[in-house]
Amino acid sequence: MLWHLDIKPAPDQPDSDGLRVAQEAAESGLPGPWRVTASRGFLVEGPLSADDVEAAAAAVLVDPVVERFRVRPCPAEGGDGPAATVHVFPKPGVTDPEAESALALLRDLGHAAEAARSIRSYRVEGPADQLPRLVQRVLANEAVEQAVVGPLALDRLGAGRPYEFVLVVVPIRAMDDDALQKASRDGQLSLSLAEMRTVQAHFRDQGRDPTDAELETIAQTWSEHCSHKTLRGKIDFDGTIVDNLLKTTIFAATKELDLDWLVSVFSDNAGIVRFDDEYDVCFKVETHNHPSAIDPYGGSNTGIGGVIRDALGTGLGSKPICNTDVFCVAPPDFPPDRLPAGVLHPKRVLKGVVAGVRDYGNRMGIPTVNGALAVDSAYLGNPLVFCGTVGVLPRGKAFKSVEPGDRIVAIGGRTGRDGVHGATFSSIELTSQSEAVSGGAVQIGDAITEKMVLDVILQARDRGLFRAITDCGAGGFSSAVGEMGAETGAVVDLENAPLKYQGLSYTEIWISEAQERMVLAVPPENWPAFRDLCALEGVEATDLGEFAADGRLTLRYKGEVVGDLSMDFLHEGRPDVVRAATDPTREPDPIALPPSADFTADLSKLLSHWDVCSKEWIVRQYDHEVQARTVVKPLVGEWERGPGDASVVLPVVGSFRGLAVSCGINPRYGKLDAYKMAACVIDEAVRNCVAVGADPARVALLDNFCWGSPERPETLGSLVRAARACRDLALAYETPFISGKDSLYNEYAHEGESLAIPPTLLISAIGQVPDVRRCVTMDFKATGNLIVLVGTTRAEFGGSLWAEIRGLDGGLVPMVDPEAGLATFQALHRAISAGSVRSCHDLSEGGLAVALAESAFAGGFGAEVALADVPRDGDAESDAALLFSESPSRFLLEVEPGRYDALAATLAGVPFATIGRTTAAGPDARLIVDGLAGTRVIDASTAEMERAWRAPLDW
Amino acid sequence: MATPRVIVLRAPGTNCDEETAEAWRLAGARSETWHVGRLLEEPHALDLFQILTIPGGFSYGDDLGAGRIMATRLARGLGDALRRFHDRGGLLMGICNGFQVLARCGLLPGDEDDGPATLAANDSGRFEARWVTLLPRPGVSPFVGFDEPLDLPVAHGEGRFLTADPKGMEALDQAGRIVLKYADADFRPTQDYPANPNGSHLAAAGVCDPTGRVFGLMPHPERFVSPLHHPRWTRLGEALGSEGHGLKIFRGAVEALN
Repeated sequence: MLWHLDIKPAPDQPDSDGLRVAQEAAESGLPGPWRVTASRGFLVEGPLSADDVEAAAAAVLVDPVVERFRVRPCPAEGGDGPAATVHVFPKPGVTDPEAESALALLRDLGHAAEAARSIRSYRVEGPADQLPRLVQRVLANEAVEQAVVGPLALDRLGAGRPYEFVLVVVPIRAMDDDALQKASRDGQLSLSLAEMRTVQAHFRDQGRDPTDAELETIAQTWSEHCSHKTLRGKIDFDGTIVDNLLKTTIFAATKELDLDWLVSVFSDNAGIVRFDDEYDVCFKVETHNHPSAIDPYGGSNTGIGGVIRDALGTGLGSKPICNTDVFCVAPPDFPPDRLPAGVLHPKRVLKGVVAGVRDYGNRMGIPTVNGALAVDSAYLGNPLVFCGTVGVLPRGKAFKSVEPGDRIVAIGGRTGRDGVHGATFSSIELTSQSEAVSGGAVQIGDAITEKMVLDVILQARDRGLFRAITDCGAGGFSSAVGEMGAETGAVVDLENAPLKYQGLSYTEIWISEAQERMVLAVPPENWPAFRDLCALEGVEATDLGEFAADGRLTLRYKGEVVGDLSMDFLHEGRPDVVRAATDPTREPDPIALPPSADFTADLSKLLSHWDVCSKEWIVRQYDHEVQARTVVKPLVGEWERGPGDASVVLPVVGSFRGLAVSCGINPRYGKLDAYKMAACVIDEAVRNCVAVGADPARVALLDNFCWGSPERPETLGSLVRAARACRDLALAYETPFISGKDSLYNEYAHEGESLAIPPTLLISAIGQVPDVRRCVTMDFKATGNLIVLVGTTRAEFGGSLWAEIRGLDGGLVPMVDPEAGLATFQALHRAISAGSVRSCHDLSEGGLAVALAESAFAGGFGAEVALADVPRDGDAESDAALLFSESPSRFLLEVEPGRYDALAATLAGVPFATIGRTTAAGPDARLIVDGLAGTRVIDASTAEMERAWRAPLDW
Repeated sequence: MATPRVIVLRAPGTNCDEETAEAWRLAGARSETWHVGRLLEEPHALDLFQILTIPGGFSYGDDLGAGRIMATRLARGLGDALRRFHDRGGLLMGICNGFQVLARCGLLPGDEDDGPATLAANDSGRFEARWVTLLPRPGVSPFVGFDEPLDLPVAHGEGRFLTADPKGMEALDQAGRIVLKYADADFRPTQDYPANPNGSHLAAAGVCDPTGRVFGLMPHPERFVSPLHHPRWTRLGEALGSEGHGLKIFRGAVEALN
């Protein structure tokens, strides 16, 4: 029997899901009016009676106070009255944790349930002709969900058919070039012709054709996603050959700096640095762009789940202590009727990615403490989702090894068809067909399974039960076992892998990207203890085979060899990629500045810009304090709404040594000059962390390059320039890169037109704070304090936010002066450490004007400022430049008059000046700025500015 | 009497167990963290403890409603043991998800006359993390023996406390069993968002059973044990005192047993 348990809110309770749908329908531009009532529920299959389902519903599945339910058989009788009914449920094979929980509970209660699926049902009153669009835009995501309009006609939940073993051999030896290319394309291998030829030659030497599993393993290992062949290959940059861009820029800087506090860099899942005498910390940031374009919720959900596993799989396992998230989307108020086909509306994307991070991070019990939002129409078809995790691990646990004879043990989630071809999918362009082609590449996470895995790993680490660990990310077992066994060899018995449902072929098991799985090397003598620990914690652990000593990767299915590859060919056999690059940077045109005037309206507009406006709607959906480590929160100030520069967490309970977490990103500069952009975002990340109290001598950086197709020389040229800036700034600031990742091919092809994203580099920083009791926040603290500006202002408007809102082109892209920047960071850190600074805020998008406004309304005070004393160079002799230029390495400080002399002595040698003072608090508080000529250029109520700043994302 | 012994009960998905154990330690108790599966196997082990805490998190994923699966498991496997524990004077505290568990397994409100209660979805329709001010009602529960207001963080999606019969709420209030209420800036109980973050009836943030020994609250006292945890410590400085407000709740329980 198949039963539908339908659960709706009690009559006196709000129907928030129904209200949400009606609201989103209106926002999506669907002509209404819409009236929607929603219910949740389950489809339950098995030899159980309606009474059984009702008993379970009454006992546990339904809240007796706020919900009502009914149980009906499926297929349902037709006819539901005037309103259309739409049922939405996950497609077969899509992870459905709610249904898994319900099924487990039904069985616990002694009912014979065999399968279950969660379902949402909507009764919709509205224009019938618009219903299909409502289903598509609001109710269901067809990439992962099935929508049924009208009565539920199904009579069972399909759960797959048994698999019949057939060895598939690909006759590659006999193929010509066309056939090779076709085989790569049809198999979604994303291998180039040169690569296919190399594979062909290898198997000709072996005197046989490869199996499908072998070909998939090679494709996955050689993918851009896993091998970073562009950045590690050869680049002809306007006639100069760059051999391995990463090695000669970012790695080279770290190597040259040779700092004694670096523990493990660019070799593990995350970079590791020394924190104190007993602990190290690690940090990794990943992207999950293409899956998030198709299913924002699932994409960011598994994005954060994946990067948490990176931290878990670093060294011998670290405990995740905080997460970060950065999103790049098109304007959320983009006109719905201008959306290209196959593209989700940016507001839906943003809501989806926020919900995905929220549901995973909160369930994992990891505080999400830092992030950013960058908005540009060029992200319309290709949004970016960056997720990061910081972990802490005891010293001495940073390195792993694999010994022949160790058991290959998989723990965590079961294997399904999830994400088959994710690694190769993320290395190709998105098209309007992507959803249909690659729906299987999208996955949904199950955070509790991962939380249980976390609990096991940390205990097993402390008991020394395993020798190596890594996560199953892109490429699944193929990538995890292939990497771990690269130096030794491995024999895998694929039929041992526990499956979510039957019917998977040996190749699907091998390359599945099902979430929440980790692979460990467990010495045989520890296997019983490890297995028992997993059993106690309710985590499934499976012995998949053993690490060998023969340097070969051997795959077996029920005793038959289905793959036998040399590790050497797999990891070293890929032909070098050679790509052409050219420098696309143009000399900027001069910018024509308007005459001095009242700039109050400009300030208000800047505060309402998506990149500047309050992110409280996002931040409060994340639990940013779980673990009780967060001592500088993301939102600060009198009403806990002000935009903190960086958050600070305490990695070690009982110690006052802290870790500041911050980031820098700026696609507007990236469009104009990738070198200056990269330098500026490094400056921004370091600046944010130093602003709260981090020691600039203990800041480590991560790079995440998101670029368009590297096969276009201009695109690759800007990448080369950005990487060079990373090297130059890392050396100058002595801020080493410890880990990084690149994501290329971020383009969206539609009807022959290509939308490339702007060159986007996210720099994430962790800076160590010697004593968190010295930390400062950005909100003004008292009336009558002095306002001090540190750093030189130049007329730098290229890519500035003010130029954008004014519609002005041209101007110089802000440029970092590394020597001045470093001196500023060091002096400021001495001042903060000495307790001379009452508040500190960095100057970034929108310049001095935005920083002043934010510090004022966050603290609830007013301010009076004169521009005449602002430290500047000759070309910045205008009010617009002093207010809105975005020159880097600048800070706004608040100092008590009695502390001024001490501050001035500490800042000696760095450009700074007192530019004003804080004024009275209260509803009449104002920000007043006098221009160079003494006339008023800003006169604004701080309360009104705060309203402008809070309005855009007040959803 | 010897130092009280506390059992912190964790299930798959519990994620506030470490800081909760740390808060008990700071309050002067000895705390041990147990997996619920282990306690289900040895229910008599409860005899070793005077205080049981169910910390926050997403037990078993909360996929069927917050705390519901853990409540079902506890009621089926440990119902008698928990009753014995309570009858012999043991103290039970559920924080956030732990409160949801206590409400869903019937230990709160706890009296047959009370009827069932629940923690429903926030009025805002979403999970929210923010700090709130709480007005205590001392005298009924050993956990709340103070009368100064507290600042504590909340972080939940389902925290709107209500009873099946609206009169039940009034009765609880008259008995003084709504021991913590969400308060506005003037320290008056409030229904206004966001000071009342979820729309809880009668501003209920924490309630106890008729004996006062079973206590559940949505805010997280374990997240405010040091002044540095306060979101405005850089503004308030020494006015915050030497320790966080949340410790008062843990200390109250420890003192009641001494």
